[in-house]
Amino acid sequence: MMALHKYLIMNTLCYPILSIVIFLPLAGAILLLFMRGERSIKMTALITAAINFPLSLIIYSGFDIGTEKFQFGEFAPWIPAYNINYVLGIDGITIFLILLTTLLAPLCILCSWTAIERRVKEFMFCILIMETAMIGVFCALDFILFYVFWEAMLIPMYLLIAIWGGPNKDYASIKFFIYTLFGSVFLLVAIIAVYLTTGTFSIPDAMFRDYGFSFQLWVFLAFAIAFAIKVPMFPFHTWLPAAHTEAPTAGSVFLASVLLKMGTYGFLRFCLPITPKASVFFGPYMIALSVIGIIYGGFVCLSQTDMKKLIAYSSVAHMGFATLGIFSFTVFGWEGALLQMLNHGVTTGALFLCVGIVYERTHSREIYDNAGLGKIMPAYVGFFGLFSISSFAFPGTNNFVGELYVLIGIFSQSKLAGFFSIVGALLAAAYMLRLLKQIVWGREDKREIADMKAREVIYLLPLALFVVWMGLFPRPFVQVIEKTLMNLHSQMNIFLR
Amino acid sequence: MILPELSTLIFSIVFLFLSLGKKKDSAALLAKPLSIIILGISLTGILANGELFSGAYRIDLFSQIFKAVIAYGFCLVIFMLDRQNEIEEAYFPEYIMFLGFSALGLMMLVSSVELISIVIALEVSSYSLYVIIPLRKGQATVQIEASVKYLFFGAISTGIMLFGMSYIYGIAKSTFLSDILKVLPGVMNQPIGVFALILTLTGFFFKLSLFPMHFWAPDIYEGASNTTTTFIATVPKIGAAALLIRMTMLASASGAQLVNILIVLAAVSMTLGNLVGLVQKDIKRLLAYSGIAHAGYLLMGVLALSKDGYAAAIYYITIYLFMNLACFYVLVLLSKDGKNVVLDDLVGLSRRAPLLAFTLAVGAFSLAGIPPTGGFTGKLFLFMSAFREGHLAIVIIGAVNTAISIFYYLNLVRMSYSKEAESADPIQLTFNEKALCYIFIFLVLYMGIVPFGLLDIFRLAV
Repeated sequence: MMALHKYLIMNTLCYPILSIVIFLPLAGAILLLFMRGERSIKMTALITAAINFPLSLIIYSGFDIGTEKFQFGEFAPWIPAYNINYVLGIDGITIFLILLTTLLAPLCILCSWTAIERRVKEFMFCILIMETAMIGVFCALDFILFYVFWEAMLIPMYLLIAIWGGPNKDYASIKFFIYTLFGSVFLLVAIIAVYLTTGTFSIPDAMFRDYGFSFQLWVFLAFAIAFAIKVPMFPFHTWLPAAHTEAPTAGSVFLASVLLKMGTYGFLRFCLPITPKASVFFGPYMIALSVIGIIYGGFVCLSQTDMKKLIAYSSVAHMGFATLGIFSFTVFGWEGALLQMLNHGVTTGALFLCVGIVYERTHSREIYDNAGLGKIMPAYVGFFGLFSISSFAFPGTNNFVGELYVLIGIFSQSKLAGFFSIVGALLAAAYMLRLLKQIVWGREDKREIADMKAREVIYLLPLALFVVWMGLFPRPFVQVIEKTLMNLHSQMNIFLR
Repeated sequence: MILPELSTLIFSIVFLFLSLGKKKDSAALLAKPLSIIILGISLTGILANGELFSGAYRIDLFSQIFKAVIAYGFCLVIFMLDRQNEIEEAYFPEYIMFLGFSALGLMMLVSSVELISIVIALEVSSYSLYVIIPLRKGQATVQIEASVKYLFFGAISTGIMLFGMSYIYGIAKSTFLSDILKVLPGVMNQPIGVFALILTLTGFFFKLSLFPMHFWAPDIYEGASNTTTTFIATVPKIGAAALLIRMTMLASASGAQLVNILIVLAAVSMTLGNLVGLVQKDIKRLLAYSGIAHAGYLLMGVLALSKDGYAAAIYYITIYLFMNLACFYVLVLLSKDGKNVVLDDLVGLSRRAPLLAFTLAVGAFSLAGIPPTGGFTGKLFLFMSAFREGHLAIVIIGAVNTAISIFYYLNLVRMSYSKEAESADPIQLTFNEKALCYIFIFLVLYMGIVPFGLLDIFRLAV
């Protein structure tokens, strides 16, 4: 408890805000179990998720950007016999990821309003449980607590794909589950190894300690497998296109926007501070894998005919930028990586939502079937255009800022890697513009397809606003994450010297 | 002091008389309250302390905890007999009587601290099982085959165990564990000590279905009736685990050789169980191989030879009882006319009986060790205790095995959730059956999320 104050500022509000934000969706989910009637179930789920977002804004408004410590801390003993505690806290790295999660959850519920026709109750239950687990992962400051949330996420996600997925759901869901679980068991072994060396499961306690180099190497590798699968980095990405493609829209959005971020979050939170020397040692390899991911993802995207698959592979490329930034070991690179995580969450999430919208109308994900919508669905094409130009980092949109930071970071480290990632960025323009051209002008024939409904506009609008806001005025975002990352940088430098 | 044993004995005798009478249908009704009474008595007697029969029979926290767990498992199994359609009505009281005797034997087993009484207690429990395995309606020969196999394997393993005990007696000149404890650590670095202890443990390996005494499990699970399998797969393993812990305590600090052997056994057992489990179609066989794998996991706690490890092992066998019972209960309810349930029978279960599908999912995820279920927490403790003693290799093998095993556990969930059945006639559950399902779900999640109270008690006991 004493050591806790070194890195954790306890919550000064009169209520445990983090716990509330984490467990409110769970409470809503349990409430759902006792309800009947599809409409009331949907409304309850929506209201729960919608309340959670303003609650998380309380965290944001109370967030102190002048400190590098964890904030809004909560502490309670959990399994004293093994020194396992219930410790929560957030810092600059996690604050936006939590906001992203709480923002997307109600949007996901809205986008499933009519798309999900059977077993609505179970669906909403899974979505809310997912939200709890995802926020929990970002808040947990205890390894075991983190791991419990990390793994608990798998079950509802698996069910989302397995029950409400597309035609190939069986294959996709089981591949997703086994792949991620395989990574996580190594994470568990690494956690136990760290615990036995430090005697604590506290994550901040384990950071920046004088571990032996070979110990760091092994722990890094165990961590890296788990996180690289989650990101996913080339060559561990094969589960992703299958899972993304088969999942229902809400599942794809959660997968792309939040689940993938957990991998990069893991690199930032665990690999760099706990195993700094090993991270630097493996840095060039990770950069190489990231660059391969960017270019490979780009080329594969060029040949896709399935909209969802294309966006899924573009995730591989985008997340490559995030890992590239992380392993550039510069504050610029990290800021870029964090922004990129956020941007990818918003943009790719929005693109999946867009695909979901046309899928509901045409029941096809093929580009050709959905081509030439420019005259038929003008409002839709407007949104789609904005998100796709944001996806290839058009200046003035959010991704531009993120990629710019990453590129600045990586060029200061390695010109070669920088050059190749520019090539990757060009590829992104090529495949996204191709998609956009097809969707807007691809076909001439007249079809009867209704344009967006108000509900659909409502859930795309916040994301569109974010795209523009972040693209034109990124300072408020950078400001919040800056202090944490600077501290990480200086700590790492002390240790590497 | 020995009230739990006495009450179980009386329970069995009551059913002995019932089996003589003509009125057979009251048996099930009577069994439930009586088994609850046994459970209550075992729970209240948890703090009892003492010795009987000039030190051959010890009652301490360790044994009383195990008795309570055995009573709990026994009680749950009795409640599962509700929809019994597998055993001839005429034999039903006898069936319950033998279950009672078997539980009695196990309760005696966990209190025995002398070699001869260990053998006797173990045999009391085994003989009852030999008798009830062939009791199965509507099958041609599988149950007979199963019972013969069980009898032979049981006899052989008992023989090997007695052989090992004779060595121990030769070394220590005493059959009391307390005397053996003084002598055995001194010879544990010699072949004879390791040999004697391993051979003695074989009897418990058999009950636990640990490699290399695992051959019986799949066939007997398949051949015995669903409820009998439920009992065999869970309750005797608790007693065996208890004795395994008691006996390895004898080696204590000087058990390096023993530990190496146990590591190999654990590694082979979990790998073999999980790999063969991958291809099983019959769910009972699948759970049998899963049981072999779990015996390997359990051994990880035992081979740590530390207090933490033993506590972790007790915790694990307790959660194993609950999660395994949860899975088996679904099978019992699902089986038509007492037939075995194969994977394809699960198709569309989430439509036909959402509660059953959920119970099975919770059980399967727990067996696979996914948080927030108890299976994860138990496995975490096991990994930590083995890792702490420096057995990194077995921890990594265990971790890889967890990843392998997820496939077939997930298969159970996958079949019931993601496959759609052509005909989805719902399965009606009575109030009791629903309640029991909720109890299982609650127990598995409870042990996953709130492990501290129980774990602290277990650590006190070892």
